[in-house]
Amino acid sequence: MNTKGDIILSMRGLRIEGQADEQWQEIVHGIDLDLHRGEVMGLIGESGAGKSTIGLAAMGYARPGCRITAGEINFDGIDLRTSSEDELRDLRGVRISYVAQSAAASFNPAHRLIDQFSETPVQHGVKSKFEAEEDARVLFRRLKLPFPDTIGNRYPHQVSGGQLQRAMTAMAMSCRPDLIIFDEPTTALDVTTQIEVLAAIKDVVKEFNTAAIYVTHDLAVVAQMADRIMVLRHGNMIEEGNARDMLANPKDPYTRDLLAVRTFAKDDLDLIPHETPLLKVENVTASYTGGVKVLHDVSIQIPRGRTVAVVGESGSGKSTLARAITGLLPPESGRVMYEGEPLPVALEQRGREQLRRMQMIYQMPDTALNPRQRIREIIGRPLSFYLDLHGAKKEARIRELLEMIEMNPDEYIDRLPGELSGGQKQRICIARALAAEPDLIICDEVTSALDQLVAEEILKLLQRLQDEVNVSYLFITHDLATVRAIADDIVVMLQGRVVEQGPKDEVLTPPHHEYTDLLLSSVPEMDPDWLDRLLAERQLAKT
Amino acid sequence: MKTVLKLFMEAPWSGRFGLLVIAIYIMLAVFAPVLTPFGESEIVADAFEPWGGAYLLGTDNLGRDMFTRLIYGGRNTIGIAFLTTMLAFLVGGVLGFVAAAMGGWIDQLLGRLVDVMMAIPTLIFALLILTITGTSIPVLIVVIALLDSTRVFRLARAVAMNIVVMDYVEAARLRGEGLWWIIWREVLPNAMPPLVAEFGLRFCFVFLFISALSFLGLGIQPPTADWGSMVRDNATLITYGDVTPLLPAGAIALLTVAVNFVVDFFLHKTSGLRDEH
Repeated sequence: MNTKGDIILSMRGLRIEGQADEQWQEIVHGIDLDLHRGEVMGLIGESGAGKSTIGLAAMGYARPGCRITAGEINFDGIDLRTSSEDELRDLRGVRISYVAQSAAASFNPAHRLIDQFSETPVQHGVKSKFEAEEDARVLFRRLKLPFPDTIGNRYPHQVSGGQLQRAMTAMAMSCRPDLIIFDEPTTALDVTTQIEVLAAIKDVVKEFNTAAIYVTHDLAVVAQMADRIMVLRHGNMIEEGNARDMLANPKDPYTRDLLAVRTFAKDDLDLIPHETPLLKVENVTASYTGGVKVLHDVSIQIPRGRTVAVVGESGSGKSTLARAITGLLPPESGRVMYEGEPLPVALEQRGREQLRRMQMIYQMPDTALNPRQRIREIIGRPLSFYLDLHGAKKEARIRELLEMIEMNPDEYIDRLPGELSGGQKQRICIARALAAEPDLIICDEVTSALDQLVAEEILKLLQRLQDEVNVSYLFITHDLATVRAIADDIVVMLQGRVVEQGPKDEVLTPPHHEYTDLLLSSVPEMDPDWLDRLLAERQLAKT
Repeated sequence: MKTVLKLFMEAPWSGRFGLLVIAIYIMLAVFAPVLTPFGESEIVADAFEPWGGAYLLGTDNLGRDMFTRLIYGGRNTIGIAFLTTMLAFLVGGVLGFVAAAMGGWIDQLLGRLVDVMMAIPTLIFALLILTITGTSIPVLIVVIALLDSTRVFRLARAVAMNIVVMDYVEAARLRGEGLWWIIWREVLPNAMPPLVAEFGLRFCFVFLFISALSFLGLGIQPPTADWGSMVRDNATLITYGDVTPLLPAGAIALLTVAVNFVVDFFLHKTSGLRDEH
């Protein structure tokens, strides 16, 4: 453990208001926080918990549309709330710095990395341009970026997402600050990349004895990074304490819920049915215009009433597979067989009945629902379109569907999507797919935009619906916890190829394909020593 | 009516002013025969009578009552401008949505066609066509509407382009919905705010364009009253320091300002709505 110094940051009774509908509402209700020199504090909670807002307040900053209304923020003897904008500017970047969630959006695409790196120290007069560039190479090496001497000459789009996130951490380190705020720095990354970034951050923070506030929604990640954890919900502190103690022995029921979230798992099916599979993809090869092949000779099959999970990192071609199956991207070769009959390759050639039997649910429920249509119309349209239901019959069926997804028809039927929460919107998407009475629903990352507890509810709902109406799912995801929870069969994809497939138990138990192994071992576990142990193991395997 | 009242109550002063002015113009246009003391093209006195007495704003170059002509002029000019703008939006909007939803060669064909039309200066193009076709009011409406629909096409296509890539449109395509449903039910409701705002602006431009054409003698033909030709007919008075010919011009300016106030208010309102999502 780190040696803890004196208190570097302290907040007392922090209250922050946010503007919604031209009214100010309190979103952070009196938070106390103490951070010692060299200590990492994890702020954890679901969206809307106020964790990012508190993180930014530690820099004396409130986002546009937010304002700090009460409380003290004291950074190393300086009261940030009474400091002038100029005084704050002298602190920010030099003594307190910030690493944002999306490094890709935070870098200026028109400048080289090293120029952006040296901007802050030069601007603040901490270092000369030459010294700053020298220092950049040191930090790039420290953060284990490849080609540390030359990588700074590249532009942001010429390095990968994980490398960019590490470059941004280097940038935050450039003036050797006393405090760094990490705002979900690995959320947008694949699991295998996440490990490298986590390891790099952990390493430099320790080396320079920097205090850090680590904001995330992922408890397993925070378990690796933080000395202390603060659990937040709706702007209130739920629980705060030593990381190890809290993980071993959570006091508050909400913390226990968060910890238990990944334990939901589907019972194994006893028999593999030997009838004709519902859907069979045979040797499909597909490419986008421009000729880049994204699918190479992919073959999978989906039995009736079962869930097939397609796992892979971004760029593995898993979403393209869904587009090839639906006919949005007609494959170049290979075919898609539906109950033994080949489906026409292009969407336009398929009949209404063929379309009805295959429905889709999307990743972002916000964009998957037309914001100007009411729930009644959204769910009602497939009913009249496919099943020719009208009037009272249609209305009754809409209500029935709403009840199936556990939403009160009287309350929700006349609402617009904008008046629902993210989880409720995703439920409506499920109801819309179910309305067509399909045999197969393609779920494209349906839980990845949702909070963990909400995602778990959605998975349980999908599972219950499968048991009730015997629908098959093709479940596309990058999250292995989701796979464990819902899949019967697993397909692992890498760079447009299937590297391994089979029943869940077979794929998840060793021996694995090399890549499956990497993927599985990269999923963070709650154990605080997991990251160190894993890195040590990998180091050992290399030598 | 209730919604109009509610809209009026929540508007800022500029929006209220705009709505009020537009309401007055509409009233004047609708009740023109009741409000005016004389007929539209009735010659009631000598040319260029001064203000006051029986002739509230004097008489024009042919001895017709200026006040009467001003109200009738509003009726004609606003009516024609409104019809023209509607037609322009119907043609340009539908084609723009089709181009965005279909893509491919249809998009290319329509896009290039519009480029060609936009390459020729509008006023000169209009003068050319009107010289060939003659200047009856229906021809005038169709010609200006077609010329103006090119701008609407561009806007509608650009707005729709951002909408057709949304997942809900893909969901509709996957469902097997036809082009008409996608345009009418998925794209149009989401494209309304920018299009309505553009409607207000286009309306002003068409209005000015008709007045300009009338001033040049190729717009609304005498003896029908309209504001553009009224300025031209009485232009000589300006030399004598009389403001009468500027009254129609002022009426045009006032309406333009009012419409733009309302457009600004509407834009603000709808963009506010969007933030909630």
